[in-house]
Amino acid sequence: MKPATTPRSLRKLRILVVDALTGVQATHPARALPDLLRAGDLVVVNDAATLPASLQARTSAGAAVELRIVGATDVDGSALHFTAALLGSGDWRTPTEHRPPPPAVGVGDVLAIGDELVAHVVARSVLSDHLVHVELGLREPMADPSAIWAALYRAGRPVQYAHVPAPLALWDVQNAWAGRPWAVEMPSAGRALDIGTVLALRARGVEVVAITHAAGVSATGHPEIDAQLPFPERFEVSEGTARAVNRAKARGGRVIAIGTSVVRALESAARSSGGSDDGRLRAAAGVTDLLLGPETRRAVVDAVLTGVHESDTTHFTLLKAFADRATLDLALASAVREDLLGHELGDAWLVWGEPAAPRVAQREAGGRCAPAPRVSGATVAA
Amino acid sequence: MEIRNTGVLVTGASRGLGLELSRALAREGARVVMVARNARDLDDAVRVVKDDAATAARGGEAHGLAFDVGSKEAVHRIGGAAGALVGDIDIVVHAASTLGPLPMPLLLDTDCEDLERVLAVNLVGPFRLTKVLAGPMVLRRRGLVVFVSSDAAISAYAGWGSYGVSKAAQDHLARSLAAELDPVRFLAVDPGEMDTKMHADAMPDADRATLARPADVAARLVTLIRTAESVPNGSRLVLGGS
Repeated sequence: MKPATTPRSLRKLRILVVDALTGVQATHPARALPDLLRAGDLVVVNDAATLPASLQARTSAGAAVELRIVGATDVDGSALHFTAALLGSGDWRTPTEHRPPPPAVGVGDVLAIGDELVAHVVARSVLSDHLVHVELGLREPMADPSAIWAALYRAGRPVQYAHVPAPLALWDVQNAWAGRPWAVEMPSAGRALDIGTVLALRARGVEVVAITHAAGVSATGHPEIDAQLPFPERFEVSEGTARAVNRAKARGGRVIAIGTSVVRALESAARSSGGSDDGRLRAAAGVTDLLLGPETRRAVVDAVLTGVHESDTTHFTLLKAFADRATLDLALASAVREDLLGHELGDAWLVWGEPAAPRVAQREAGGRCAPAPRVSGATVAA
Repeated sequence: MEIRNTGVLVTGASRGLGLELSRALAREGARVVMVARNARDLDDAVRVVKDDAATAARGGEAHGLAFDVGSKEAVHRIGGAAGALVGDIDIVVHAASTLGPLPMPLLLDTDCEDLERVLAVNLVGPFRLTKVLAGPMVLRRRGLVVFVSSDAAISAYAGWGSYGVSKAAQDHLARSLAAELDPVRFLAVDPGEMDTKMHADAMPDADRATLARPADVAARLVTLIRTAESVPNGSRLVLGGS
């Protein structure tokens, strides 16, 4: 399948509908999404904005290094603590494997980013020498958090993709409803909807609500790091969204997640609501290490709309929570035949699984949920 | 609209009405993000607002982001940093505006680039920032965007052409957004003639005694914000004289 080499515009974006139960497949324009749903259904989007997560830095010895934020350990207010991968000099135009290894960086080092921002290395990961925990600040001491955020936004660029030649601007990687900047890469399934789609869905009787999920980096080019992805990610399911899910379930509506990050957030919330006997979803916030795959028993989400990826990707694997390998392989063949564009910025598919099972029946299902926003000990250690 | 603990973004916040409104909202417990182009002026303004909020019984917070709202590149930087600092933004006040070159030339004597700059700051800038900040409001079905307007949006005065055109268009931006996005609320508010640097720039010979104090106008605007749900969406309101 051809990857999208430029963001697919909504006018051209298509959705391949895949039904795991009937095997039926059909391609529709993205604008027709409301016609694919029924009154009473619930659409859930991820309202995280995308950070400018790629920072060109220099060590005190003057060596160039790209600091690529892979996850935010604290992205609100006063503290700017991030987990970041170190990449050698160069940018996305050079395939990662052709870039020189990054310079050695140790705890206590200070990396200069442009002429105002600095990254203090406060910890190194046990996973890799190329993964560090940093605190961002300004050269000028005692800087206000607002000044640090402004400097981060001036210095950073969105994470770029090797198959997209023109640099992506922040404008290219935000969804129409993006709010708090929790995501390191764009929750890109949201590109299939605009505000007009949201209003058309509501006019049809389909509710549209949001969760917030800190969608992490898809790849760093360091195999030892990439093997551990996705890292635990921060999420928040509000009281209002939990109620909307319960309302939809009560009326027999289906829950459609716009993007796998939404699946991860909602299913994580379901698992932390598991202690409740009424089977109702509760508001939840924390860090989740839930991994989706063929073993996942979905408790909330009935369908996912997401970008089309090749069968050897982790992205493809997690769709097995919705459909079996044979169904997905057939769908992928259709996507190729229909000339759909793949990867983050291309077309989409909407995969309907078996209806999600009520939570009470499957309290033992996999996935754990940390109660407090905290990076997993497996990710970073001093 | 509830003001206490609410995320608010105010442009043009380093002086005049923007500054006084930021101060009044922070005193009422709002979490205010103040945006202005000049970093040094903004720092001073944020300090004033913070100090003032600290003396209020239920004072909120203030943060400064020094960006130019007339620049496309700045808009997601403002939105992202503001979201990081205060979370959801439920109230936006577009108070930044420019008169263009001084003294204000007749329209036919206005350079094309100067007209473009006035439109960039007074019309396209607020459009872009609203595009970024009102999207989440649509999802939440809650929020208020206030565009600070002017008498010059309605009446034509010699020398006020660029500014008046930009403000008339901005009024219609508010109406159009209201027509599309209700229940998210959009209002254009003419604050009346105020004793500000902008007024002195435009009319250096005006009798300042006849002009309203920005702090008094800000207080009325806070009352309007609090009761915005009772005003027809898309309205253009005149706050009236002193």
